[in-house]
Amino acid sequence: MAKAFTPGLKVTARTTFQIRRLLPVTGGVCVKVGDTVVAETIVAETHLEGDIFPIKVAGLLSVNPSELPPLMLKKIGDSVTVGDALARSKGIFGMMKTEAKSTAAGVLESVSDSTGMAIIRGPKLPVTVCAYVAGKIIEVIAGEGCVVQTEAVFAQGIFGVGGETWGRLMIAGKSHSENVLEEHIDPSMKGAIVVGGARMTAGAIRKAREIGAAALISGGIDDADLRDVLGYDLGVAVTGSEKLGITLLITEGFGDISMAQRTYQLLAAHAGKLASVNGATQIRAGVMRPEIVIPLDQSGSGEIFTGGATAGLLDIGTAIRIIRDPYFGLLGTVAGLPEQPAVLGSGSKARVLEVALEDGQRVIVPRANVELIGT
Amino acid sequence: MRIVATDCGSTTTKAILIEEKDGVFRQTFRGEAPTTVEEPFADVTMGVVNSVTELQELSGYRLIADDGTIIRRKNPADADGCDLYISTSSANGGLQMMVAGVVREMTAESAKRAALGAGAIVMDTIASNDRRKPHEQIQRIRDLRPDMVLVSGGTDGGDTKKVIEIAELIAPARPRPRFGGEYKLPLIFAGNKEARPTIERVFSSEGFALSIVDNLRPTLERENLGPARERIHDVFLEHVMAHAPGYDKLMAWANAPIMPTPGAVGDILQTIAKGRGINVVGVDIGGATTDVFSVFGGVFNRTVSANLGMSYSISNVCAEAGMASVLRWVHLDMDERELRNRVKNKMIRPTTIPQTLEALVFEQAVSREALRLAYIQHKAFATALKGVQQQRTVGDAFSQKQSGGSLVDNMTLDLMVASGGVLSHAPRMEQTALMMIDAFEPEGFTEIAKDSIFMMPHLGVLASVNPRAAMEVFERDCLVVLGWCIAPRGEVRAGRPAFAFTLRSGAAAQPIEGQLVGGEMRLVRFAPGAVGTLEVRPEKGLDMGAGPGKPITREVRGGTVGIIFDARGRPLILPTTDAERRASVTRWLKDLSVYE
Repeated sequence: MAKAFTPGLKVTARTTFQIRRLLPVTGGVCVKVGDTVVAETIVAETHLEGDIFPIKVAGLLSVNPSELPPLMLKKIGDSVTVGDALARSKGIFGMMKTEAKSTAAGVLESVSDSTGMAIIRGPKLPVTVCAYVAGKIIEVIAGEGCVVQTEAVFAQGIFGVGGETWGRLMIAGKSHSENVLEEHIDPSMKGAIVVGGARMTAGAIRKAREIGAAALISGGIDDADLRDVLGYDLGVAVTGSEKLGITLLITEGFGDISMAQRTYQLLAAHAGKLASVNGATQIRAGVMRPEIVIPLDQSGSGEIFTGGATAGLLDIGTAIRIIRDPYFGLLGTVAGLPEQPAVLGSGSKARVLEVALEDGQRVIVPRANVELIGT
Repeated sequence: MRIVATDCGSTTTKAILIEEKDGVFRQTFRGEAPTTVEEPFADVTMGVVNSVTELQELSGYRLIADDGTIIRRKNPADADGCDLYISTSSANGGLQMMVAGVVREMTAESAKRAALGAGAIVMDTIASNDRRKPHEQIQRIRDLRPDMVLVSGGTDGGDTKKVIEIAELIAPARPRPRFGGEYKLPLIFAGNKEARPTIERVFSSEGFALSIVDNLRPTLERENLGPARERIHDVFLEHVMAHAPGYDKLMAWANAPIMPTPGAVGDILQTIAKGRGINVVGVDIGGATTDVFSVFGGVFNRTVSANLGMSYSISNVCAEAGMASVLRWVHLDMDERELRNRVKNKMIRPTTIPQTLEALVFEQAVSREALRLAYIQHKAFATALKGVQQQRTVGDAFSQKQSGGSLVDNMTLDLMVASGGVLSHAPRMEQTALMMIDAFEPEGFTEIAKDSIFMMPHLGVLASVNPRAAMEVFERDCLVVLGWCIAPRGEVRAGRPAFAFTLRSGAAAQPIEGQLVGGEMRLVRFAPGAVGTLEVRPEKGLDMGAGPGKPITREVRGGTVGIIFDARGRPLILPTTDAERRASVTRWLKDLSVYE
């Protein structure tokens, strides 16, 4: 067998991008099939059940839970505000009555004669879902949401933090191999998706946050700088919910590493266009990689892409990136796929491949340590 | 008899063939294929068929029928098919549970033990005294998406109020199940039987599938986990598996109920411990989690360290242990900034493997810390029942010993079993042995083995239908005995005599003798199959199992590594200066031929 499936990241100049925009619970859909939407268009909305607040009413009145029901001043379903009397004790000969007051606003949902606890249900919490990308509604899922479709440039990154955002694409620096420095970021980039070349430095990240850039994208980031931004050492790659005021996305990996030239050129060619970015990354259980979507004019391309992990066939001549030391980050093409496992420098036996690097050098690496580029 | 067994893991489905030949069961072939639970396949049986097809190709028996099902033999003379098909599963994220109890150290802990023992991942434990305010508990319950909930609380006939309070927090919070909106969330009540009528009323609303079993802590002095564990297994099959893609078909194929993988591993370890009358610790270190199992004095415990693993969670291991703790096991020059970036790169590309020796040394250092932390968590959890009143005499008045001490005692530990990629796939067995010794710090005489191809799950479920077959395969094909660790408990003094030994074996004409000084390690090769008696004479203050300074003689079996004498002392403390530490680590690695 001279072929093998290998993971890769999708980077494509044109694809039909579809995305499902769904509510977490059933609600109302605000759009119909055929509608044109922009990223911020609200496509569905609903209300989540309010928070619940338990109050130990029997304890406050110093009565047994079984004695509580006749002492209640509010009935199940009544609205209450903070400070409302929920129940009143009988007192002694009608004197020295004690009241139990609500510490929360909402509706009285239940009163237990076993524990003496009253449950107040707070007001409903509004939840909205926006379109995220500019495009057309091609399907409405009743009560849940819709599917947005757009012709787009689509590029997956390897890792990101911060959630969905959008803005105008702007380029910082001059090449795919130049680190993103503080001086590359200027106030005109407020609200923009800023694309740089190699590693994003701590200074550049700080400046981009200061001026209010929507997102910063580059080839790599130093682990120490990520720790500074997050305020903690990230243990598991499940991201997207961070509230950083900016979305950070790297296309290649951690450390000093240039953005793949093809990716950089593709993004740079669309500078000035509106783009949507999502930094959410999840490596386990249903791989999710961060993404950059640049909507184009709407003439169809035929190929439909709906996100998720991609994989392709490894074959002689396939373009790959080495993703583990000692050759981490180097690009090349598959020059050989020996069938027999080889003994590595570590002493382990593994199936390997021969890579012709861009500088002409040939190296042997485990098959597990490469990924396809430009899939 | 011919048995096909599969384990549907989150990444790969592993199939083994077990055959009875000359009256003895042996594992003969193994197949592996990617698990197909997730899109675009969304049918677990495809991965099962692919892995069994590999068995078919290797064995020459036809095992898969034209319609894609597993062929069963009508009579033992048939050339094709198998007689028994069984399976375990941890795909789809395994079994994820939330548990609740009244007192965190008592009923909540017993509930957690029941869930873990049944093979679940416990997402959170809610208790009246878990130091969270009620609204924080409610928010947490709302955020979780469990497969099922186990509620306990109160002893039978005791106060019902507290357990009902917990129920009254859970019911209106309406935790949503992980799968599907129409799916009723299974909730098992295993608490005070007096509270049952109220519990039925509280959870009578739509959205819960309530089942009630015997109290898992009927008295403070007694735990009764069996009924709750059995019900968890039933609910796992009826609800969780039934909603996972393709499992309806898989359940119909199997001759025994499908078990959660860790539950099956726990079962086989218990069978072994009981059969041999020994204390056992087993570990399975994966990419995301590390499971530790123990049986001490017949009591089984299992813990899952959710974010201690070698790929998805490698960054968390380094964060929790600290890079300095990881690097203390490393004898080569390494740049910390570079290492931190490498760790993150492994986290985001978890399937890569070390190509260089330096990368392997670093990963094995990380694994020591992951195992060490997981074992600390296990020891803290595997305790005697807490809250039990103890009769004390005047002599105990000055003792600080409380109820609920750890059951795990490294001195009485007889066997350690290693499994999981970094341990199983280490290029040299010496590496596996030393990782286990450094992380677990066994004391006295401890045998070390590894699960050859991770078939403990298969054997665990096999034990439920054919215990003899499970036991025979475990002894002959599953366990690879690496050897022994001989280490004294107590503080050693560097360079001073620690202990002397004499190994007598029928195979050798002369006994092998030696003496070790504090801080030294030595490997004596003792081939697999060899049996001998080992006498160890510790110095004053050092204990090999017979008491401080007392000699001890025990029978030892050979293994692929041999007998490792470890005179570094317990607890294991590495030299504090970097130069001394590195010199010591380099010497140990050389003396044990770890990277040669």
